[in-house]
Amino acid sequence: MSTILALDGVQKSFGALKVADNINFELADGEALGIIGPNGAGKSTLFNLIGGTLPVSAGTITFRGEGVTRKSAAERCRMGVARSFQIPHPFIGMTVYENLLVASNFGNSGHHDAEKECREILARTGLLPKANRPAGTLTLLERKRLELARALASGPKLLLLDEIAGGLTEAECESLVDTIKDIRDAGVSIIWIEHIVHALTAVVSRLIVIDFGRIVAEGVPDRVMKDPLVQEIYMGISVDDDAA
Amino acid sequence: MTVTDISPANTARNISYALRGIILIAVLALALAPMWASRADLRLFMEALSFLALAQMWNLLAGYTGLISVGQQAWVGLGGYFFFALAMFAGMPVLLAIPLAAIAAALVALPTAWVAFRLQGAYFAIGTWVIAEVFRLIAAQNGALGGGSGISLPVEIAKSLAESRNGREMVMYYLAFGIGIASVVLVWLLLRSKWGLALTAIRDSEPAAEAMGVVTRRVKFLIYILTAGVTALTGAFIFLQKLRITPDAAFSVNEWTAFVIFIVVIGGLGSIEGPIIGVLVFFALREIAADWGSWYLILMGAIAIAVMLINKRGIWGAVQVRWDVAAFPVRKILPERSRD
Repeated sequence: MSTILALDGVQKSFGALKVADNINFELADGEALGIIGPNGAGKSTLFNLIGGTLPVSAGTITFRGEGVTRKSAAERCRMGVARSFQIPHPFIGMTVYENLLVASNFGNSGHHDAEKECREILARTGLLPKANRPAGTLTLLERKRLELARALASGPKLLLLDEIAGGLTEAECESLVDTIKDIRDAGVSIIWIEHIVHALTAVVSRLIVIDFGRIVAEGVPDRVMKDPLVQEIYMGISVDDDAA
Repeated sequence: MTVTDISPANTARNISYALRGIILIAVLALALAPMWASRADLRLFMEALSFLALAQMWNLLAGYTGLISVGQQAWVGLGGYFFFALAMFAGMPVLLAIPLAAIAAALVALPTAWVAFRLQGAYFAIGTWVIAEVFRLIAAQNGALGGGSGISLPVEIAKSLAESRNGREMVMYYLAFGIGIASVVLVWLLLRSKWGLALTAIRDSEPAAEAMGVVTRRVKFLIYILTAGVTALTGAFIFLQKLRITPDAAFSVNEWTAFVIFIVVIGGLGSIEGPIIGVLVFFALREIAADWGSWYLILMGAIAIAVMLINKRGIWGAVQVRWDVAAFPVRKILPERSRD
């Protein structure tokens, strides 16, 4: 499989604070990758760098063989990078359907039949009954689903999902996992930041653990989760406790 | 027995229809105003229609793209001065000089945008004001156009519109009517188009709009140029009507920006309906309180603050909290059933 995304020596600092420190990884075309790490570790910042919302301080980002390090978020979206925001950013004055139309008109989705495409996505994300409601009237959970639906409407080749399972019930979480599996199986590459590890490991084939802006562990989910270092920093279980 | 549907959605629909009816009647009444209104009334309508156009443009800029300009007087003034120059020195017919003055001002807006867009937020606002001041000082240095004391439009040029005073006022009234109505229709058409999606998305969340592929910089740039052009068109008309232009009147921050911001803020930022409501409130207040001297300005300020405390999106915003209404529908509706 070819590589869809490559980060090479990516750094981001705010003054003296390094929020991304020499990040290197590659994502294969069609691969689903999970990112975990404690709050404030720099996970969302990494998405801001990949999506182009923030410029990198150093390093390069390559998407589908093309350097995108200096490209704006809009340009990257048009090339096929779509994201959801951890804190939902709906277009509150527009209807749910119009939210999707923005993505479908300006994103990467070749304009085949915007109405049909949006209808399918709305049905898949359970938002169809609310299609013509203003997005401002949605609950928090519906807003999270809208984040996913809107990202899909832009016609992504790479989907960046930022904590969209938080706060869901077990059943809702399962249906979300099924939806994301479908998206993955349709050939869309996925990077998913999530605290709910069992949801994540049901979808992804590889995990990256981030702490203090650095990649501290990487590999297949089972092995990564058993890594004592990961258990200490992520699960809050200290290695000493384990030994004792 | 009749069944009355009093559901909120139905109430909202009825209100929307009623509003459209009122607007239609008002437009018809304005179209026929020379037949029923006095000369003083017509002057008032002309001024209100000019302010409607200025308010629609400021709202398009601030309410949708988030660019807060306190320098719109730059375009009113430039429009006026370009119009005087074209009519007086190039001998151009008035009806051609007005749109050409607007185009000339829009061309000036290109390099101006390049400078102003280097600044963000409050710095952009101050930058636009500084730019307008620079234009005012340049106009004051221009001896051919009367320098600091300004210049009057020669009688022949005014007479070229129509021989009689009544005829001239008729032409001017319909110019104002055309500009006022066109400004609303322009914004409405724009918001109904694909670009309306982009503009509304930027209004609601700029980072999300950008992440969904909207090149926000380009949209902002185009809207800046468009609003500069239409504001200048209005400015050219305003000074044709005044028949005299001075740098202080042409580039007045009070008249062409502060009052316009007041109109948009109390009416409702980020909607087509807001500026219309704002113009009605502003002119009603002025008719009632114009003799109160400074108290009138204090009253206006107090009202603006009170409205903003109730709803950030003004009177129209407060209405929309209660009912999901639209006098100018821009929504795209997903049909209940798919076509296939």
